[in-house]
Amino acid sequence: MASFESLRGYLQSMVSPLQYLANTPKVAMTWISTNMATRSQLMEENQQFRLNELKFHEQAMQLDIVKQENERLRTLLASPLRSELKKMVAEILSVDSDPYTHQLVINRGARDGVYEGQPVLDALGIVGQILHVGQTTSRIILITDVSHAVPVRVKRNGLRLLASGSGQIDRLNHNFVPQSADIKVGDILVTSGLGGKYPEGYPVATISFVSNNESREFVKVYSTPIAEIDRLRYLLLLSTKDPVSIFAPKPQTKDQSNVQPKPMSKPQLKVNE
Amino acid sequence: MFAHNGVMILLTLLIAVMASIMPLPLSVDAFRPDWVLIVLIYWCMALPGRVNIITAWIMGFLMDVLLGSVLGVHAAAMAISVFIVVENYQKIRNFSIWQQALITGVLSALYHLIVFWLQRFLIDAFFISSYLYPVITTVVLWPWVFYLLRKVRRHFSIT
Repeated sequence: MASFESLRGYLQSMVSPLQYLANTPKVAMTWISTNMATRSQLMEENQQFRLNELKFHEQAMQLDIVKQENERLRTLLASPLRSELKKMVAEILSVDSDPYTHQLVINRGARDGVYEGQPVLDALGIVGQILHVGQTTSRIILITDVSHAVPVRVKRNGLRLLASGSGQIDRLNHNFVPQSADIKVGDILVTSGLGGKYPEGYPVATISFVSNNESREFVKVYSTPIAEIDRLRYLLLLSTKDPVSIFAPKPQTKDQSNVQPKPMSKPQLKVNE
Repeated sequence: MFAHNGVMILLTLLIAVMASIMPLPLSVDAFRPDWVLIVLIYWCMALPGRVNIITAWIMGFLMDVLLGSVLGVHAAAMAISVFIVVENYQKIRNFSIWQQALITGVLSALYHLIVFWLQRFLIDAFFISSYLYPVITTVVLWPWVFYLLRKVRRHFSIT
């Protein structure tokens, strides 16, 4: 299986020129629309950005203090410190036109340090994870794909759930929710960090439907992804681990005896359970 | 001049591949016609000695890599659909353009159903009628593609 995944990686690199080429009309259209903006539009936009910057700057100052405080409290409790995550911005090259899978291709690959299983976000929430890595492009599987699932918890009360993709762009399913679960429409779901793939605490979805049919064994719960999955353009890749990819430089193992087998060293299942 | 080594055929196939992976808005995307299949059907009908099942399989495999599906799904579906054309090309050639369009529609539906059956077997996909929307656009597109490709074939005298 490992060699098959690497074959896939090479094929992905081979077809990336085609994808860049197919993307040119979109790039041209975006270029035209950005260049056609009028002076007053730009000034208005600039004004808006300045206001936003002021607001975010103020929040960042506060966040700094809160972060310090949090770290101090965590050391007092002797719990492990949260490390800063490295981030990388990527742009979407193409959206998959195959209706059976929900995937995207982005313009970052092994050359930029992308690795398989890397969590991907947009400005609002979790989008998915990296599925295949090529040299200059890589493929993302979205959280709405049928074969994908994210471990989440309800932000309000910490109830753990599994958000599995439904194959529809605006819905996630939650299976095996007991009748006694405290869950209602409008609850926000955040990543629980339990699968080890997605870092903890990023928003995933809001509950959109809870059935009240008590004759069933489990409650039927649907949610809507918070990330705007159908209108993505820029994405954020978080790196939580050392790069693991077929193109990544092999780690130098000096002593074989005390090297722990890495959990990421072989291709993982897409489902995170 | 360079038509005799099949460069023009390859070029039309590449354009078809481009058209089928080009980013489009989601609402339009559901109706995206099967560009590659339609171009393959034309060439298989017109020049069965040049374009055959192997070409179809390779194009399908390329689509698999580009679309990120399990390798071989589109390749198998494409090869099976094109096999029917290659078997019956002499009959299909003599049909009127509308009959050809209907046959293209049937082949396109077969293609989508084979892909669906394989995906159902592999990843438990369930059927939504929107999976067959491309069949409609493919039928409508056939006459235009047919005349365009015939013009290309005659202009470059591809044999």
